[in-house]
Amino acid sequence: MSYAQLIGDWQALVVLFVAGVVPNQIWRMLGLWFGGGIDEGSELLVWVRAVATAILAGVIAQIVVQPPGALASVPDGLRYGAVAAGLVAFLLTRRSIFAGVVTGEVFMLAGKWWLG
Amino acid sequence: MALPPLDSLQWNSPWLAFGWGLRSITQTILTLVLFATYLGIGALAHDTHFSLLWALCSTLFVWAGPAQIILITTLGSGATIIQSAIAVTVSAIRLFPMVVSVLPLMRTPTTKRRELFFAAHLTAVTLWVECHRFLPLVPRERRIAFVNGLGFGLVSVCLTANTVGYFLAANLTQTLGAAILMLTPLSFLFSTARNSREVADVVALALGVLLYPLAAKMNSGLDILVSGLIAGTIAYGVHWWREVRA
Repeated sequence: MSYAQLIGDWQALVVLFVAGVVPNQIWRMLGLWFGGGIDEGSELLVWVRAVATAILAGVIAQIVVQPPGALASVPDGLRYGAVAAGLVAFLLTRRSIFAGVVTGEVFMLAGKWWLG
Repeated sequence: MALPPLDSLQWNSPWLAFGWGLRSITQTILTLVLFATYLGIGALAHDTHFSLLWALCSTLFVWAGPAQIILITTLGSGATIIQSAIAVTVSAIRLFPMVVSVLPLMRTPTTKRRELFFAAHLTAVTLWVECHRFLPLVPRERRIAFVNGLGFGLVSVCLTANTVGYFLAANLTQTLGAAILMLTPLSFLFSTARNSREVADVVALALGVLLYPLAAKMNSGLDILVSGLIAGTIAYGVHWWREVRA
């Protein structure tokens, strides 16, 4: 493993702080400073939580639909099938995260092996 | 392992409480889920050409799985810093109500704000869930130390997982590398689905997944924000409609 892979350049770390650390941390610090006066069940927070959940859902979809790196070597149908198989297992086991993840992984690996 | 009774001498010092918090990471399946998730994040960082140090810093300083994945995938697919920052900050808004609701559990009348700094930083969905489970079993004046111990343990597990995932992605065959990358969408999909208590949450999750491919066709660079705003607002509409009818 090279130096670039282990450490990288400092510009990338600056981007991490500007695009990642600050926009994320600001909400925790606001909670620390202004906590107390906010009703957790308020309508605004219900909307915010729904949008945040949908953004995360979009990211999940992006990784499966436009896969990075090695995941791109798995055919489209097999990736979608793995998510579907995991979902079935998750629902059948009364929402076991473990069962869903393992089933999805096994489906994908078995399919890859089957296809050669 | 069971926590000692509230009046036990085992709670006599903050360091003992820190130790009990640290050991409590062995008492939850969520530690395993976090390990799998951060294994995936390490592999994802490798395959989108970020350095290992970068991945570890993101875990240490961001400490929110969804934000880290959003950051890595958006930057990795060519989004600008502003676009990534917006997507990250929207995903992080949920931390605000979490911090607001979790800190009163460990506050005493004499607690200073700076004593809660690390607890606030460590707050993310896993810690939030575990605080509600463990803290009633911890004496109030030792809760901050306990949470710091619990959070320290979880961060350590995730840093280890990042490193292992990064090296595995670099050295494994393509198929096993793909399997590790697949851990991320699977573990996030199912842990989010499991935390969805209300109809609005389920609608937001399902619509968010289904709308993304459509939004991506527009190729605006804001795909994730567009599909997230539309799906989230529809989900909120469903919630509002049910409230009105009830």
